[in-house]
Amino acid sequence: MIEWMTTISIWLVPITVMMVLLTAIIKKVPAYEVFVEGGKEGLKMSVSLLPFLLGMLVAIAILRSSGALEAFISFIQPLLSSIGFPAEVAPLAILRPISGTAALSVTSEIIQTYGPDSFLGRLASTMQGSTDTTLYILTVYFGAIGIKKWETP
Amino acid sequence: MINIIWAMMAIIGIVFAMFNGTMEQVNEALFKGANEAVTLVLSLTSVLVFWVGIMRVAEEAGILRQFAKMSRPLVKRLFPEIPQDHPAMGYILANFSANLFGLGNAATPMGIKAMEEMKKLSQSDRASNSMITFLVINTSSITLIPTTVIAIRMQYQSAAPTEIVASTILATMIATISGIIIDRIFRKIRDR
Repeated sequence: MIEWMTTISIWLVPITVMMVLLTAIIKKVPAYEVFVEGGKEGLKMSVSLLPFLLGMLVAIAILRSSGALEAFISFIQPLLSSIGFPAEVAPLAILRPISGTAALSVTSEIIQTYGPDSFLGRLASTMQGSTDTTLYILTVYFGAIGIKKWETP
Repeated sequence: MINIIWAMMAIIGIVFAMFNGTMEQVNEALFKGANEAVTLVLSLTSVLVFWVGIMRVAEEAGILRQFAKMSRPLVKRLFPEIPQDHPAMGYILANFSANLFGLGNAATPMGIKAMEEMKKLSQSDRASNSMITFLVINTSSITLIPTTVIAIRMQYQSAAPTEIVASTILATMIATISGIIIDRIFRKIRDR
């Protein structure tokens, strides 16, 4: 089942590209010219994105390197373990929505220390795999289209 | 609110560093963070130029309109503000399917195009209801195969690297459903 899914993932992109280009030729769309026009738009998006992402990543870097985030985690750890939440994965739970790279390194560490097939290893794997980095998603999607106010009035 | 969150992250970090003796690390991290952002945007640029280009071709060829029609029953309920057969619907479906198959690379440009179409509808620099619902679903990440985690598990000689797929799908589903419910509650409060 998994191998089958992996094969689909590998084939999906090239097949999609082929289908799009084939349809374009059939419908007599000037494919290359249109592609270049769209590409320019993509370039504009990434230029618009840079200041948003840079600002956010710098703020996160300051918070992490100062040790403030770690201090917060060790403060909240006993609270979480008192409700039965395994203290070992508490840092992961807090880092996962904030920083993708930090969460990934914590997950690797847990897997390395406790083994991938231990309860903690599987728990960390599930936590890492089942969600995305909230702050990154918001920054990229809002940044690329120039939304500055993240909430509705 | 984002202005305060952003400023507070930096302020708390710097004040904490004063007492923690980590000012040197903070000073270093400032520029490393900025560098990291440029590298990240550079790698996103190639993906964005390629996929937005391909999607423009798909749009001109009428494939996107077809996609929008197909997605109507599902997307209509989640995004009642988006008019029928609007291109945003096509992009939303494209983004969801790319996420589902673990094509994060392709999912982001499609999602950004969806956001752009939603921005055309709202004509404001504020987040709209549809945008919020869309991002809630995206952050809870509807994925079938968590490829990165499986790779790490393989690296550390797991006896069953893919064993976590079922629990991951279950966790994702719960997160997505909870996200949608919470979004609906907040929407009710906002609209009142």
